[in-house]
Parts: sequence; structure tokens; C-alpha cells
Amino acid sequence: MIVVNREQPFWHRFYLTSILGGMWITMRHLLRRRFTLRYPETRFKPPAGYRGIPALVKDQNGREKCVACYLCQFVCPPRAITIRAGEMPGNSVEKYPEEFEINMLRCIYCGYCEEVCPEQAIFLVNDYEFAGGSRQELVFGKEKLYQLGGVRPDPILKWANK
Amino acid sequence: MSFIENRFTPNILTTTVDTIFNWARKSALWPMSFGLACCAIEMMAAVASRYDIDRFGAGVYRATPRQSDLMIVAGTVTEKMAPVVKRLYDQMPDPKWVISMGACATCGGPFPTYSTMQGVDRAVPVDVYIPGCPPRPEALLHGILRLQDKIDKMTIARA
Repeated sequence: MIVVNREQPFWHRFYLTSILGGMWITMRHLLRRRFTLRYPETRFKPPAGYRGIPALVKDQNGREKCVACYLCQFVCPPRAITIRAGEMPGNSVEKYPEEFEINMLRCIYCGYCEEVCPEQAIFLVNDYEFAGGSRQELVFGKEKLYQLGGVRPDPILKWANK
Repeated sequence: MSFIENRFTPNILTTTVDTIFNWARKSALWPMSFGLACCAIEMMAAVASRYDIDRFGAGVYRATPRQSDLMIVAGTVTEKMAPVVKRLYDQMPDPKWVISMGACATCGGPFPTYSTMQGVDRAVPVDVYIPGCPPRPEALLHGILRLQDKIDKMTIARA
């Protein structure tokens, strides 16, 4: 092993220069803009196209857009979506989901369901902070999903006169 | 604490003791530095200056379970890792809490396979589940706030 004993400048023996150098950096940061986001009061604003949790939407007439085609359930990589289809009441044409459950614990927010949906009925909304005391609390049913998704206007309304 | 726990019915003394102890417990949740997968990166982001978990008193990451109150299970728990998680939990002194962070830890997430434990609650009792893949640092802070609410409801009185 080779030990190189380098000659140090005289003032390095007091460590004072190093301490002052460190304190100088601290003082410099003291005067800078505050970087911390004060989370519960101020929140991060998700950019356009942010992938939060998936939620179902209704059209402007309050009709459920989902037709229970099972494409999202099929494409979902972690198998978080469970659908049970039924016949839409007062409409002989189309199915609708009697039950639509998304297990938010399993969901990985990939957005495949939004991408694959032929009816544009499922969207990834901006909400991202959830916590639950039990697993069952985070399996969102239809009611909760519509509440989160809200209304997205549909310009075509192809099922309106069927 | 064990010598006064479950001995008294709720009265003004037990509620005062509860207030003090719960305040102390929730204001200094020392987590164990224990990351299993990519959620740990987000946990580190929550510790860093942008989100600063220290504002909630939960930033003193201890390198040993003997000094920690909170276990944040951040990441995929494989069947091989589960006994280790269980042992670390057993080594933590009471009172102790567990946060299950992210899809993998809570229910296996995108790995419904033979080698992944389908939820860390099969090995240790979990207090707060946080969904997300990975959850944003805010979601972890939200989970910690929720855990603090839970700690606030603890009591030494007999139910």
C-alpha cells in the first residue's frame, strides 16, 4: 500500500476554512426560494394527460357511456377490473355494467383501459391520493367511479335514438 | 405502558394520558429504512426537500427495527422475502405500525404469480394501505396523515 502524504496548506489545520465554506453554502441556500411544497395546503397540479386513477364517466344526458364490452377487463395487465354485464333497462340494443369494480390496490395506472375503450367511457382522472384502512375500502364500485369521473360531453350520442 | 393498559374505564385521567401519549406517538413516527423495490425510490423522494416528510415528524429513518415505530413496506414482497419482513416486524418494539405502500405490497399488484406474496398483510398486520404504482410522495404523506388520525384514536382505557 502506498500512502501519499500531501503537504497541506497551513490554514487547513484549523478546519476553519472548511467550516466557513460549508456555512457559506448553508447561507446561500437560506436566501433562495423555498423549494418545499407544503403538501396538505398547497398541492401539485397534475399536467395535461396525467394518469391518476381510472374512473367512469357519463355523457351530458346522464347516460352511462360504458356498454360492458369487457375490453378493459381483458386488457388490464394486473386484472384489476371486474365487470358484470346486464341488459340496459328500456333499451333493447345495448348492454350496460350492472357491476363495475376497479381494485385500486391492483391498478397500476397504465392507462390501457382508457386507450382501449371504444365508447370513451373510462378515463384516468387527476386524483392520486388515496389511503385505506382495509383492502375492501379501496375496491371502488360503480357509484364511486361515476362520482370520481363526472360528466364528459359526447358530441355524437350514437345510442340516443336506439 | 402495559401495566396501566386495559385497567381503567374511560375517565378524565385516561383521556388526558391518551392525549399526551397519542400526541407524542404520532409526532415522532420513526420509520425503518427498508425499501424492497421501486416504491422505495418514491419513499426517498418523500424524504427529500421537495416533499419533506420531516414536517410530519416521520423523517428520522432508523437503520434498525429496534428503534423504529413504523414499517413502510415499499415494494414487491416475494415469498422469499416475507419471513424477513415478518422477523423485522417482530423485532420492532411496541407500539408499532405498518404502512403498505403501492400495488405490489398491498396485493401483489401486476405480479399474480407463485413467487410474489399477494399482499403483505398475509405476513404482518397492516394499518394503512396506499394504492399507486408507485404512489406519488403526496400519497405517502396522505397515508401518514391517515395513520396519525388512527393513532389519535388509540386509548389505554378498557373498551
